[in-house]
Amino acid sequence: MSSRDIILARIRRALGAPAGAPTAYDTDIDRDYLHEHGDRTTSQTVELLAENLADYRANVHRCSDGELAATVARLLAEHGSRSVVVPGGLHEEWLAQTALATVADDAESTPAALDQVDSVVTACAVAIAETGTIVLDGSPDQGRRRITLIPDHHICVVRVPDQVVSSVPQALERLDPTRPLTWISGPSATSDIELDRVEGVHGPRTLEVILLSE
Amino acid sequence: MSGTFVGMPAFPKAAHEAVGNTTLRANLRHATHTIRDKRAKAVAELDDWALLREAGKQIKDHTLRHLDTYLVQLEEAVTAAGGVVHWAADADEANRIVTRLVKETGESEVVKVKSMATQEIGLNEALEAAGIAAYETDLAELIVQLGHDRPSHILVPAIHRNRGEIRDIFTKEMGAWGRPAPEGLTDTPAELAEAARLHLREKFLRAKVGISGANFMVAATGTLVVVESEGNGRMCLTLPETLISVVGIEKIVPTWRDLEVFLQTLPRSSTAERMNPYTSMWTGTSDSDGPQTFHLVLIDNGRTDTLADEVGRQALRCIRCSACLNVCPVYERAGGHAYGSVYPGPIGAILSPQLRGTASEIDASLPYASSLCGACYEVCPVAIDIPEVLVHLRERVVQGGEVTRRGAKVTLKPAKGHAGERAAMRAARWAFTHPAALATGQRLAARTRRFHPRMLPGPGRAWSATRDLPQVPAESFRDWWQRTHGSKESGK
Repeated sequence: MSSRDIILARIRRALGAPAGAPTAYDTDIDRDYLHEHGDRTTSQTVELLAENLADYRANVHRCSDGELAATVARLLAEHGSRSVVVPGGLHEEWLAQTALATVADDAESTPAALDQVDSVVTACAVAIAETGTIVLDGSPDQGRRRITLIPDHHICVVRVPDQVVSSVPQALERLDPTRPLTWISGPSATSDIELDRVEGVHGPRTLEVILLSE
Repeated sequence: MSGTFVGMPAFPKAAHEAVGNTTLRANLRHATHTIRDKRAKAVAELDDWALLREAGKQIKDHTLRHLDTYLVQLEEAVTAAGGVVHWAADADEANRIVTRLVKETGESEVVKVKSMATQEIGLNEALEAAGIAAYETDLAELIVQLGHDRPSHILVPAIHRNRGEIRDIFTKEMGAWGRPAPEGLTDTPAELAEAARLHLREKFLRAKVGISGANFMVAATGTLVVVESEGNGRMCLTLPETLISVVGIEKIVPTWRDLEVFLQTLPRSSTAERMNPYTSMWTGTSDSDGPQTFHLVLIDNGRTDTLADEVGRQALRCIRCSACLNVCPVYERAGGHAYGSVYPGPIGAILSPQLRGTASEIDASLPYASSLCGACYEVCPVAIDIPEVLVHLRERVVQGGEVTRRGAKVTLKPAKGHAGERAAMRAARWAFTHPAALATGQRLAARTRRFHPRMLPGPGRAWSATRDLPQVPAESFRDWWQRTHGSKESGK
């Protein structure tokens, strides 16, 4: 007997039920918990996102479509970056005002090569106000997971209010589980030393979120 | 479980020694008090906490009741998404599978995401025996590994170390494993984190094989979820060519939607954050994004035996948040090492004796490593009634009885250490069924009360060493009743 069969047989014996007993999933679980917490207008939800992002040490910026290229260029310059990695599907005009060397998100490039790049600019899939979280799903304007991991400086553009939801349940409804997903809440942090929170370990130590009003 | 704990003394002895370590007690007190206040605030932000907790409990209970169905569904979904599923009945088999998978890649080193499951099976030691170096990349696990130490907390395994001790470990040990600690390293947490960043980065960038656990597996979609803070998890989960995830069979949830409950309750319960900095979710393999080969090793290792116990199975709901450790007065004073298991604290006291059985002295002592104050149950985000299981396991240790070990029903003998307790209970039973003897005994005890010792002699000493002996009243209740109501009752 394979270990698979052994384990499944042990489970069935432990439960005293026949294999494949009907699963009353829908009726078994009381989902009386809230779909979102609090009653907010759309603009209040965006405000809450900004507050919670900042609370976890992300730098929050706001601008309109017309100001975006200048904002991106300014943030890259202020960080002292010399190079920036850009996903293939990112709007070209977002980087129109920066003279930095752009590196393509290339499947063939090595992690070591990516380690030489200072910054990354991406879009996002959805942002969660209650938790201060941005979620990337690997779409063409967000790129492979590693490009938002290795460079030390991540600039992420969130379209408000379109891409903002209030809560975790609302975010999951919008996401496709088959995509590679990365949820980001503030920059890399650790609580391993005396349970004091310290920002900045392996992931980007600086996270800049631009709330782009449409 | 892990060989690191073989030969541990039973809890009372280990705890006694730990309580005498003032540095340890100060480190633990500082850390647990910091986190418990923060947790209470984070939980208070959600006014539907009780409902989320109840839903989490129900989802886990439902999943456990249909565990076979969901595991098969998960296997299909992971396979369809390009992953390979392996099943391991025990720790040895899991270690053999992982070692073989690593060897097949031709690599002799791996990077690891912090994982309780791989700690439980002693994977690092097994890999080392096969000539494979396993680098822990979580900051706390790195501190433990470099310090030739054992983890003492589920979430922050180096909680027993303060910043000064960590600086000393980094300065002394980092060079032997790779990039040494920077010159003049101070003990500020930011500098220590930076030293870990530099030390580990070279390992991340060259790693070809990553090993992880998972916080959740979604049966319907085959999605795995790892929740972390530092980014070391993301490094291990996305940069290597091969990813091997070793996960306990109880970590499964039926659907994608179920994550909405646990992604709210887990971060707030564990690090007291609204959300942990990073969560990675992957479904099999993706074209040119992340590992091209993905293996999922599902481990039993005592979980099906735990499932067979109708009272004890609720321990399998655990999502490893460690809130119960941070509120436990016993953990706060004894520290995690005293539990002699990778699962310390209240949850460890019910999980370890179920996963491993209660045959060893340490496992038989764990159900007693508690004051039954109930704080652990109050904070548990999946409402595991830890005190209930503790009492249930105490009964099993003292009385023996039928349990399931490795899938087979066996009858446990009562534990030897409790012979005195059983003799006392037998004597009490006899006395209560012989009223005349009881009355005589009570009178005798009352008259000699001035001469009663404050400590029990012989084996009773262990009991009276930590408790005051109850005082015998001058007059027994029966005598008092007879004296004051005697005439009315005399007809009886």
